[in-house]
This record gives sequence, C-alpha cells and structure tokens, in this order.
Amino acid sequence: MLNLNNIEVVYDNVILVLKGCSIEVPEGRITTVLGANGAGKTTTLKAISGLLKPERGAVTRGSIDLDGERIDLFEAHDIVKKGIVQVFEGRRVFVNLSADENLIAGGHIQSSAVMKQRKELVYGYFPRIAERRHVQAGYLSGGEQQMLAIGRALMSDPKIVLLDEPSLGLAPMIIEEIFGIISKLNKEQGVTVLLVEQNAALALAIADHGYVMENGAIVMDGPASELGENADIKEFYLGISEHGEKRSYRNVKHYRRRKRWLN
Amino acid sequence: MEDFNWGFFLELLVSGVLIGLMYSLIALGFVLIYKSTDAINFAQGEFVMIAGIIVGASAASYGLPLWLAISLSVAFMVLFNVGLERTVLRPMIGRPIVAIIMATIGLAALLRGAGPFFFGAETRPLNLPIDDAPIIIGDHFIYLNPIHLLGAAAAVIFLLGFGWFFLKSRKGVAMRAVADSHQVSMAMGINVQRYFALAWVMAGVVAALGGVIWGSLLGVDTQLAIIGLKVFPVVILGGLDSIVGVIVGGIIVGVVENLAAGYLDPMVGGGTKDFTPYVLMILMLMFKPYGLFGKPIIERI
Ligand SMILES: Nc1ncnc2c1ncn2[C@@H]1O[C@H](COP(=O)(O)OP(=O)(O)O)[C@@H](O)[C@H]1O
Ligand SMILES: [Mg+2]
Repeated sequence: MLNLNNIEVVYDNVILVLKGCSIEVPEGRITTVLGANGAGKTTTLKAISGLLKPERGAVTRGSIDLDGERIDLFEAHDIVKKGIVQVFEGRRVFVNLSADENLIAGGHIQSSAVMKQRKELVYGYFPRIAERRHVQAGYLSGGEQQMLAIGRALMSDPKIVLLDEPSLGLAPMIIEEIFGIISKLNKEQGVTVLLVEQNAALALAIADHGYVMENGAIVMDGPASELGENADIKEFYLGISEHGEKRSYRNVKHYRRRKRWLN
Repeated sequence: MEDFNWGFFLELLVSGVLIGLMYSLIALGFVLIYKSTDAINFAQGEFVMIAGIIVGASAASYGLPLWLAISLSVAFMVLFNVGLERTVLRPMIGRPIVAIIMATIGLAALLRGAGPFFFGAETRPLNLPIDDAPIIIGDHFIYLNPIHLLGAAAAVIFLLGFGWFFLKSRKGVAMRAVADSHQVSMAMGINVQRYFALAWVMAGVVAALGGVIWGSLLGVDTQLAIIGLKVFPVVILGGLDSIVGVIVGGIIVGVVENLAAGYLDPMVGGGTKDFTPYVLMILMLMFKPYGLFGKPIIERI
C-alpha cells in the first residue's frame, strides 16, 4: 500500500503546488486521481517517483510511505528498485531507440534472465509493439508509443504503476484498447495502478476508487462507482447536467474558467 | 598537360584516410560527452595533450617502459575525469549549457598551464616500438607512414568496440537512453549520474590513446592540444549522432587536409591544409546543419 500523507510540494522554493494532499493506493487496485489541467496531478506522481528534484521541486511537508517505509527522500532510481514506476504524460518514449531497446532501457534494473521474461510478457500484452519491435520509437504512432511507454514501465517488474493521462491526444478506439489492457494487467498480473486522468468517464470505468483534485488539494474521494453518480462530478468532469442532458464541452470549459477566476 | 600522377593522389588519399581515422578517435571522446551529458567539452584537445605528455615524460625522461607509461596515462585520465565529473560538472547539472562550456574552456587553459608546470616545456619524443621506415605499396610507390597505419588500426578497433558497446550491450542502450532524455532515464531506474561519469571516463581513455598516437607523430608538448580543434570540423561534417558519422567526418577532414597540402599548398605557398577543414565546416553549417548523418530531432506530440 502506498500512502501520501498530507504532502506539500514546492517548486523553486516558493511556488506552492500541492497544499496538503492525502491519497491511499491499496495493493492490487486501480486508484484514479481526476482533475483539470494544472490541478497538480503530474506533480503528485513526480513526488512519488522522486522526479521533483531535477525540476527544483521538493516535498516540503508530509510524507510518502510504501508499505510503511518512508520513500519521499529517495532518489528516482531507487524508487524504481522499490517497485514504483511512472509512465509520463505525453508518452516520452526514447525516440532514437528502437521499441525493443526502449524495453531494454525500461528493464535496466533487472537481470538479463528476468529481462527476457518481462519482454515476453510485455510483447504478449502488446502484440502491436512486438510486430514493430525494431522500428525506431520516434516513428511509432501515438497509440503505439503509449503502449510502448506502458510496456517499458512494466519491464522493471513494478508493484505499482503510475499512469499520467494515458488517454491524452489519442483516438477513442486506441484509448479503449489501452484502457482495456491496463485493466487486464491489473486483474491478471496484480499490478497496482495509480491512474491520473482528465477524462473522468474513462478513468472511473476501470478504477476501484477515485479522488478529485483541484488546485493542489483533494476535494472529494469515494468508490469509483459512487463518484460516477455524484452530481458535481457528473456536471464538471463528465459533462452531464442534473437533468441528464449532455452539456456541451464549451460550457464546461466556460465554467472551469469562471471558477478559476473566483478562486 | 602532363599525365595526372595517380600514385601521388592515392598516397595522399590513403594517408588522409588513416589520419582521418585518428581524428575520429579524438572526436569520439567529444561526442560521447556531448551525447550523454549535453556538455560541449572544449578541453578534449588538452586531455589528449596531458595524456601524451604523461606518456612522453614518464617514458623519455623517467625511463619507464612504454606499456607502463601508457597504462599510467590511461589511469590518470580516468581518475582525473572521474574527479572532474564529481567536483566540477555534477554540481553544474541543470545550469545553462554556456556555463558548462565556460567551465571546460577554463579547464583547457588550466591544463595547458599544468602540463609545462609539472613536466617542463620541452618537446619530448614519444617513440612507439615500430620501425618507422615508410611502407611502400605497389608499382606506383605509395609511401605510408607505419605510425599512421598503427594509429588508424588502433582507432578502428576502438571505434568498432564503442560501436558494439552502444548498439549491442545493455549499458550502451542505457547510455543512449540517457542521451535521449535524462528525466525519463531516471524514471527507468537508470542512475544517470553514473552514466555521465562513464561518458567522461570513456572520453579520458580515448584521449589517452589519442595522446599516444598523435604524440608519436608530432612529439609531445602543449602544442599537441591543437589537435582538439580538429574535433569541430569532424563532428560538424559527420554529425553528432552516430559513430559512423564520426568516422566519416574524420575521414573527410583527413583527406581534405592532405589533398590541400598536396595540391593547393605548392600553388599558394603553403598553409591551406590548416584551414580547409574549417572552410568545409562553415559551408556545412550553412547548408546542412545536422551534418551528413545527423538527423533532426524527431518530435511527435
Ligand atoms: N517545474 C515546475 N516549476 C514550477 N511550477 C510548476 C512546475 N511544474 C508544474 N508547475 C505548476 O504546478 C501546477 C500543477 O502542475 P501539474 O502538476 O503539471 O498539473 P496537472 O498535471 O494536474 O496538469 C501548475 O500550476 C504548474 O504551472
Ligand atoms: Mg499533468
């Protein structure tokens, strides 16, 4: 179990981005964090995976615990050894490496024997990547890159995978395929998932539990099925008003913009 | 018009290729560092010089056997570069690239002073245990310098070795991943700083080898550092991306220099050899900024 206990994250010593954020990620489950652009979702994931330091960010209050052990002071490469790996927003595959080499880099901490097994597993879940394993990753389609990014993360044999907006910029068909695979990985391999999304409908459909983040703080949480029924979530994240009609995307945006103004 | 002297042309060409491969070796050190750490190292020529001076001084002045002198120089370069990475470069990670460039320029000046300070300013011979009588090939009488042959052979072995390392070994893949993105590599559990250090170590080893080869051709003193300037036309002509690029860039520079020395110098009274590679470099920058083999960065959103 991964716990974020009331953490505060500051960039450049002054920019307070997370303002006391607590999240529980139970083993073997899919937990999702929903929130608009700029809410602090990516920052939350980077805090867990130890990647704040290169961006001059730091956890300044609270703690992050993995199975009771405090991990918020670890270096990024040690966090991976602890079994937590992050899949970046925007995929971030190594564009100059082939798909296969991306996986090799992803399995950096593993022995060659484990590396071989993991590759087989990844290619099993992502047959499209197996077909294109010798293609330079920069030339893969967006969907294939997302699959590769997830597969690369799996190479380290993680207990917990942090997924940052895997649906971003992809076509609906591909998104459905990828979310299906995430769900399968969770069920079949027992991989714990912390999924960050702006697309609430998708995320709540596969998650067990959900959190809503606004402005660097958690404002609501509950079982995914309940959150999906919540009127506010429906209105602001699913785009459905109380009368059941679908709100236009533009109106939702307008609301969000106004709400920011008020804050 | 008198007959074109093919023998002379071939001789210039072949020895140009050999010399070019020796340039490639030095450029490799530069590329290793640039690719993995983004730092532009203006002290690569000074590394070569210091390494050469250490071999020359310990062999010629202190009478050590050559193998020991070379091992000493390699060991020194490795330790020196590890220390350099730890103390100077690591704290500078994340600073503007120009700060790191300035630091390496300062380092270069420091090394140019340190060489004569510790070992004296005289030019020492660096004699490799091979017969330096020219090798004569074929009925066109092509004269080849055996040191060129040996140096080129050593360069090729190293270049192939590094090529294998980068393309086939797990550590090589990790190093290319680091070159691609520091942040993402960290997230894969790669200890990025350790790979930065490895790049500097490799550059040190390559510099030591370069110091031996070039030192045996030119003799060792601070002037040896000038060889470092050849790195720039080599990497601009070949591109910064690949070992193949470094090899081709080196060969182009070596051949162009040699042909200039053979055909242009007698016409204008000398000196063209020294600037023709740079003219080519500038033309290249104007018309093909990624080099012959370099590719523009692939970006996909
Ligand atoms: N490296 C950084 N330095 C300063 N501010 C940052 C940095 N990264 C993110 N921020 C700020 O933190 C806030 C949250 O960003 P982020 O975590 O990326 O949100 P999300 O992923 O939910 O869109 C934003 O206001 C953003 O401008
Ligand atoms: Mg984000």
